[in-house]
Amino acid sequence: MCGIVGLYLKNEALQPQLGALFSPLLIEMTDRGPDSAGIAVFRNATAAGQTKLTLFHPDAGYGWPGLADRLAAAFEATTTLEHHDSHVVLVTNAPADLAADWISAQDEQLQIMSRGSAIEIYKETGLADDILARFDVPGMAGTHAVGHTRMATESAVTTDGSHPFSTGADLCLVHNGSLSNHNRLRARLAKEDGIQCRTQNDTEVAAAFISSRLAKGRSLHQALDDCIGALDGFYTFVAGTRDGFAVLRDPIACKPAVLAETEDYVAFASEYRALVSLPGVADAKVWEPEPAIVYSWGDKT
Amino acid sequence: MSAGENAVIVDLADGDVRAANTRLQEKNGSEDTEFYKVRNPRGVHALACGLDAPVSVEIEGSTGYYCAGMNKHADVTVLGNAGQGVAENMMSGRIHVKGDCSQAAGATAHGGLLVVDGNAAARCGISLKGADIVVKGDIGHMSCFMAQAGRVVVLGNAGAALGDSLYEARIYIRGTVESLGADCVEKEMGDSHRAELRDLLDAAGCQEVPLDGFRRYGSARTLYHFQTDNVGAY
Repeated sequence: MCGIVGLYLKNEALQPQLGALFSPLLIEMTDRGPDSAGIAVFRNATAAGQTKLTLFHPDAGYGWPGLADRLAAAFEATTTLEHHDSHVVLVTNAPADLAADWISAQDEQLQIMSRGSAIEIYKETGLADDILARFDVPGMAGTHAVGHTRMATESAVTTDGSHPFSTGADLCLVHNGSLSNHNRLRARLAKEDGIQCRTQNDTEVAAAFISSRLAKGRSLHQALDDCIGALDGFYTFVAGTRDGFAVLRDPIACKPAVLAETEDYVAFASEYRALVSLPGVADAKVWEPEPAIVYSWGDKT
Repeated sequence: MSAGENAVIVDLADGDVRAANTRLQEKNGSEDTEFYKVRNPRGVHALACGLDAPVSVEIEGSTGYYCAGMNKHADVTVLGNAGQGVAENMMSGRIHVKGDCSQAAGATAHGGLLVVDGNAAARCGISLKGADIVVKGDIGHMSCFMAQAGRVVVLGNAGAALGDSLYEARIYIRGTVESLGADCVEKEMGDSHRAELRDLLDAAGCQEVPLDGFRRYGSARTLYHFQTDNVGAY
């Protein structure tokens, strides 16, 4: 099944409350996906020349300060660390690609959940309300967030297999459904675009496909439009970029989706009941996204 | 029955759907009437299901999946939108959604009337077994799939593959039809069809809506029997 939610704030005055407004949406979707939960939140955009990475290591005692110091020494760079349970947010002015490669080479269990300027991704196995609390999400300010509660079908119940997936700078994707051509597409993306997926998960392949289209200069809206022809299977997608937020359902609309829009926000959920805690939702424009139509918001969509 | 002063208030602020449904079902099996107002429906699933008495229920907001499913005799009004499968397997009575409906509105319903003031999404009236559905807006793709009996009236447009593998349900569409499904064809509007369309519109509160522009669709009945020409396919 899986539950997916998203909240994109149009009114800057609400940004301090992003996490508080968003968390009840995800918690309401717990029974659609009790295996694991995750969120991508866009906040605290870094200054030019800096990169923000969300890192995860399964060892709770992993030596994050040592890693940051070694990175700083290797690139003569500055680093800052912010701890959120099993994840850390590391900001550095080291060259983005080189720093990511260097980090990946340090420890095979060390994982880069996201990289970019504003994106942070937190995901774990377990129930949504526990995970939100562990990562301090209700207190987070920001511009937009997407979340996922997972009922696993395509790959194992692990932190790795949890959503959101990020395959490019400031890109994230959550997915309700299952893709049937992901193995062939995974191989094609590796061969033609040089994009290596880390997991066996179908959603990561869809995220990688979107990344490949963004890299070719397509907007987020156009990249999701390209998914309609390239992806086979069932999907409702919510994708986020630094400035954009977009929704797409497969051509037969197999998986549920509800959008609500007011002057203050755009909210997405698998089911309407997840939206009822939002202020003003009773008077919002509420609709089901049409099959095979991309809906997008934000500057660069 | 009209909204009386003495409505019984059923409040879902605590989210206890089972308790709310137990309350709404308290007249089941009797001919007693009652008027219930359901506060704070919060999009919960399976609200006002299994009613079996001539009671009236007014739901003050939007509902989740399967609202008023299996309804018998009751008159249920949703003042917001309804999620998937509203009025699923309705046997009799009347269900009125003032907003929009999600997929599979009226699925497998045997009797009664479903009225939707807004739009209904995909698969409206799928496997319909005898109920009537009047949608004042549009209906989505694959609507009336394998519909066996009953009538569907749409004042707006119909999505792709209308009436695929249709049996004997009759479909009246005023707007455009994106495409017809397998074995669904446009049929002549006879006097009896105009009369039944008038009755259905009137029952749905559309007395002002003229019959002009409505087209009738039904089964070509070419899928009913095995065709010997196709024997090679087996």
